[in-house]
Amino acid sequence: MNNQLNVEIPSDSEVIIGILNNSDSVLKKLYLAYFPMVLQLIINNNGDEDEAKDIYQEAIIVLYNKIKRGDFELSSKLKTYIYSVCRRLWLKRLKQLNRNAGNIKDFEEYLPVEEEVERHEERDMQINKMGEALKLLGEPCKTIMEDFYMHNRSMQDICERFGYTNADNAKTQKYKCLQRLKKLFFQQ
Amino acid sequence: MRDNQLLEMIDRYLAGEMTPQEREEFELLRQKDNAVSAKVEEHKNFTSLIKQYNERVNLETRLNAIHQEVDVHTLKDDLMAHPSWIVQMWRNHHSKISVAASVAILAVLLTLFITGDLSNKDPRFQQLKADVERVKSQQDRLGKQQQNIINTVKSGPSANAKFRGTGFAISSNGYIVTNFHVVNGGDSVYVQNDAGESFHTKVIYTDPANDLAFLQIIDTAFKNLGPIPYTFKKAKSDLGEEVYTIGYPGNDIKIAPGALTGATGFKGDTTEYELYIPVNPGNSGGPLLDNKGNIIGIINGKQTEAMGVGFAVKSNYLLKSISNIPADSLTKTLSLNTKNTMASLSRPQQIKKLRNYVFMVKVYNQ
Repeated sequence: MNNQLNVEIPSDSEVIIGILNNSDSVLKKLYLAYFPMVLQLIINNNGDEDEAKDIYQEAIIVLYNKIKRGDFELSSKLKTYIYSVCRRLWLKRLKQLNRNAGNIKDFEEYLPVEEEVERHEERDMQINKMGEALKLLGEPCKTIMEDFYMHNRSMQDICERFGYTNADNAKTQKYKCLQRLKKLFFQQ
Repeated sequence: MRDNQLLEMIDRYLAGEMTPQEREEFELLRQKDNAVSAKVEEHKNFTSLIKQYNERVNLETRLNAIHQEVDVHTLKDDLMAHPSWIVQMWRNHHSKISVAASVAILAVLLTLFITGDLSNKDPRFQQLKADVERVKSQQDRLGKQQQNIINTVKSGPSANAKFRGTGFAISSNGYIVTNFHVVNGGDSVYVQNDAGESFHTKVIYTDPANDLAFLQIIDTAFKNLGPIPYTFKKAKSDLGEEVYTIGYPGNDIKIAPGALTGATGFKGDTTEYELYIPVNPGNSGGPLLDNKGNIIGIINGKQTEAMGVGFAVKSNYLLKSISNIPADSLTKTLSLNTKNTMASLSRPQQIKKLRNYVFMVKVYNQ
């Protein structure tokens, strides 16, 4: 991997602090630092570069959430952690695609991360369901939900944006929208 | 309390918009009413999912933006576990390569076999026994008719000789020396004299290291040859000396004059002389004589790369070999002649005398 020497590898603590502070530059450094490793893993194990991208981004999300939750312990190197998650995710993907999932050609050491990947996937499923529900929700409900629950806008703001004559109307509308969203979410 | 009002309260509670007083009241309500508490948890989880979805979308957007900057194609080329080109070539074409290699090996073996190089003989050195079988193969039909007539005249085997060389007497009572390579592999060995008479012989001793073989005529028709006219030279002969050999490269006796050109033989073999002499297959085993009629060697080969270069085993090795013959193998006394009766003769007169003591060696095998 000597041809990756030109990529700056950030220190693990730099990454953790950067992610906690929502630093774009650190995220970028992290991303660029370990993508080649994962690309190597995937393309040498029956995958292509697009699959490598998917797997790698998923692993970065797992790591990102883990750091955000504050439970990333520096007991293992970030590199090893990312590799292990990617490896696990790729093994599962290979199994689903019925491509040779027997043994994987490894390039790095790895840790057992099965449980974490399991938990991530459950959460991921919920989030995807939410995404689907929001897509089906339609306007103006979608924007109201997004403004209120995602962007933490106040009812007053929302009132003005949608031209509701009073806050109560807006609240009623929000309530109706929330009920619909729940219905859509649980129907899936 | 209506559901929407409760939810509104929960939203405000979770968003931290309540006044401290409202907050206290709400927490009391939560403690009292489990249904309210469950509702709070449920709502919290649900709205957090909406937040998480948003965060996920944002993060994915950021990651995709970063990914745009990665030169995936170049990386991919670098990171593919490229086996060396020779391994790739093997993987892609191994069946073809295998077939080609087999054919090549077969061809090489066949060539070596045909040219006779499969044995450890040097192709530049040719032993001078005549492969009669090959020469005569076309004459077989003709020869067979004649053979019957010839056989009535001469005693001898009915089949054609497989190999042929030359040999000469080392004693008057029927001991003959020739080259080991002439008799090697043969079942029976006959010698034929200048008059065309064949005698059955027995190989009594061989010295492969010096390419020598000793025969004894065991045929009842054989009579004593009379005193041998030549002697064996013990000392080394000098370069430039005029020499000649006499032998059977063809069906009749032929003489080949030459000169001693080197003190060592093929590839510096010190047991041989190098000669400038026209010798051919069939000359092997013939005597090499100097002008005085001394045996100075035995012709055993020629160089194929240069015209006229022949080799002969030095006579002192012949003498050494003779002394090594086990006494058990000798049924008659083998005494070497010490009196040279040809020293003062001219070459044609020498040859006249010599020819009675030089034989065609015919080797048969089944």
